[in-house]
Amino acid sequence: MATRPKMDEELKEINKKVIEMAALIEETIRSSIKSLKEKDVELARKIIDGDEKIDDMEDEINSDCFKFLATQSPLAGDLRYCISIMKMIRDLERIGDHCEDLAKYTLRLESQEYYKELIDIPRMADMAARMVSNAIRAFVEKDLRMARKVWKSDEEVDELFRYIYEEQLDIAEKNTENARTAISFAFVAAHLERIADYATNICEETVFSLEGRYRMAL
Amino acid sequence: MNNKKTKFEIKDLDLYYGDFQALKKVGIDIYEREITALIGPSGCGKSTFLRTLNRMNDLIPGTRIKGQVKFDNKDIYDKDTDVIGLRKKVGMVFQKPNPFPKSIYDNITFGPRIHGIREKNRLDEITESTLKEVGLWNEVKDRLNKSALGLSGGQQQRLCIARCLAVEPEVLLMDEPTSALDPVATSRIEALLQDLAKKYTIVIVTHNMQQAGRVSGYTSFFLTGEIIETGLTEKIFSVPENKKTEEYISGRFG
Repeated sequence: MATRPKMDEELKEINKKVIEMAALIEETIRSSIKSLKEKDVELARKIIDGDEKIDDMEDEINSDCFKFLATQSPLAGDLRYCISIMKMIRDLERIGDHCEDLAKYTLRLESQEYYKELIDIPRMADMAARMVSNAIRAFVEKDLRMARKVWKSDEEVDELFRYIYEEQLDIAEKNTENARTAISFAFVAAHLERIADYATNICEETVFSLEGRYRMAL
Repeated sequence: MNNKKTKFEIKDLDLYYGDFQALKKVGIDIYEREITALIGPSGCGKSTFLRTLNRMNDLIPGTRIKGQVKFDNKDIYDKDTDVIGLRKKVGMVFQKPNPFPKSIYDNITFGPRIHGIREKNRLDEITESTLKEVGLWNEVKDRLNKSALGLSGGQQQRLCIARCLAVEPEVLLMDEPTSALDPVATSRIEALLQDLAKKYTIVIVTHNMQQAGRVSGYTSFFLTGEIIETGLTEKIFSVPENKKTEEYISGRFG
């Protein structure tokens, strides 16, 4: 029997909004890479304009959580859940900012000839996007095992980042004509690396929400 | 591990009211100069348990007790226990303020007189110091001979605490001491508890989770006569180990 129907209802509502925000973030990551890969300037502008919506969603969920804390006085699991949501949406918002930056690179690189087809960067983007999706899924579905798996996979993204970074450095050194583009690509990879880091934060928040520990134990 | 001194050491405590078993294998250490909160739904045995600590249950016909309740390393259910002496050391404050229908002065000095103090000066001293201890002195010093029943609810409860302190106890047992008070009076009592815990060991039964969280260092969760979980209050309210504790403190049952 639900003895605190109002509390459960409010939690459900917050949860719904988090899922909506997460879905929008996942979509934005994919779009930002598509825009870069295909030099889709219109899509890039849409992403840049759309960042405000993500910020608004963060504000709204924060305000809901704040009211929830003030009026429902949650304890234990409910309290941890609410705190981790407040931290998680901040991470989601930052991921949104990185997507906006990625979209700006599309605009910046519009007139530049890519000296090669983008392969590793979309691959890295795909890994980062998948990490974010799975991290959110682990949080929503309270799946510790998945959270741990996603957290661990950050190593692969880091490795790929180092590879891309070295590769672009090499290109810039060997051919100064391509230096500008190469540096941009290195920055793009750095943004993706940060996005993957935020996915690991979300995994840590899942652990906190479920077990009350701050760190991931492997 | 902590190095706190154990004031009460309770092991395998069973208590029966006739055929009904109200406490089942209760075991807990209560630390000196700490506030321990007892929480749990109505009828879970927490007040019964509280009363075992100064043998108030002796007064209820048909009560049987098994197990061990050690106070300063001595089992208080041993035959040679001086129960009057025990209750002097282990005082009790109830849910509803219950001053005697006497003057404020007589309320405070009632206990000390029973225990043989007759000198007016000494009784005056006790009255002043205990009323100061509960922060009531300035409010009542000009009307010590007026009836205690003329005080507000919060003042009456502080008077009852002062009345306990007058016989120089070591432990204060409190059974929902603020549930009949308004939020301001409640805050004053809670602040007082923090002060008193520097000198006394306090065990408090409360139905208010936030109160347990605010005032106590340790919390025990009772359910159907058993202790389900005991631990640091901050741990119980943030990351309880037992699912039933979690459900109770988050208001999911009870």
